[in-house]
Amino acid sequence: MKYIAHINIMPLKELLDPQGKAVNNSLHNLGLSQVHDVRIGKHITLSLEAASKEEAQQAAQDACKKLLANQVMESFDFTITEA
Amino acid sequence: MKFGVIVFPGSNCDRDMMHALQDDLKQEVVMLWHKDSDLSMFTKEDCIVLPGGFSYGDYLRCGALARFSPMMEQVIKFANEGGKVLGVCNGFQILCEAGLLPGVLLQNDHQKFVCKNIYIKSENTKNLIGQVVGDKVLKIPVAHGEGRYYADAATMEQLNKNNQVVFRYCNENGEVHINSNPNGALNNIAGICNATRNVYGMMPHPERASSESLNNIDGRAILEAFTYMN
Repeated sequence: MKYIAHINIMPLKELLDPQGKAVNNSLHNLGLSQVHDVRIGKHITLSLEAASKEEAQQAAQDACKKLLANQVMESFDFTITEA
Repeated sequence: MKFGVIVFPGSNCDRDMMHALQDDLKQEVVMLWHKDSDLSMFTKEDCIVLPGGFSYGDYLRCGALARFSPMMEQVIKFANEGGKVLGVCNGFQILCEAGLLPGVLLQNDHQKFVCKNIYIKSENTKNLIGQVVGDKVLKIPVAHGEGRYYADAATMEQLNKNNQVVFRYCNENGEVHINSNPNGALNNIAGICNATRNVYGMMPHPERASSESLNNIDGRAILEAFTYMN
């Protein structure tokens, strides 16, 4: 079966996100003063072959833990859909 | 002893490092390509250097992809067997990603790339660099966008307890203060070592401050520290 993993990687909540802060300020400059706490992460999609959805989940979990996210600074979550 | 300097795609301080070690320190230097995987000519007396730059274009995260190059697998083995390793700037980031040093280097708190001379000082002599540089305040250039050292509270406690902090940012008079911190690094940390004191990482560039012709030789003692080992 072919699956697609949709992965979200975000900076940990307790860490300052300078990129998010700068974008937050720019949104205020646009007049959107109701916006606050902008945080910027990454969205990664990958296609994979697996015998089952569980196997696909395991592969995505491995990919995130070993390379895609650095858990000292980032958290991740993902969903698996059939391709 | 000899030095090995690893060249990754995107390294840009590899030649500076080679010149500093070879011409200023008069040491033997071997350049190592990241795709090779032979470190058999290096012994515990030698030192592997990971230079600054933008390995793999800083894709994904700084140092994240370099960590998986064939040569890095060998460097991890070399370090775990007690071999000496120094990472400068991007090299420091790679060492953190490889798990050879704790923590991570985050984007500077002010969002800007910072390129200027700063001051650092070693706060203890319980590591190889500290033994050589003592409590002298050193003027060394930094050049990075992601140099904000961060580790969680438990890791920070371990670092302080084991005297693993090698350098802190300070002012010209050696006072460690937030105003002399160029990137927002936790506790003004500029460089650390591992618990076994054979792996060192620092954001400032000693190789850019090792030559009379550059009008600054404060960095020379830092590099020399690795020649005195053993």
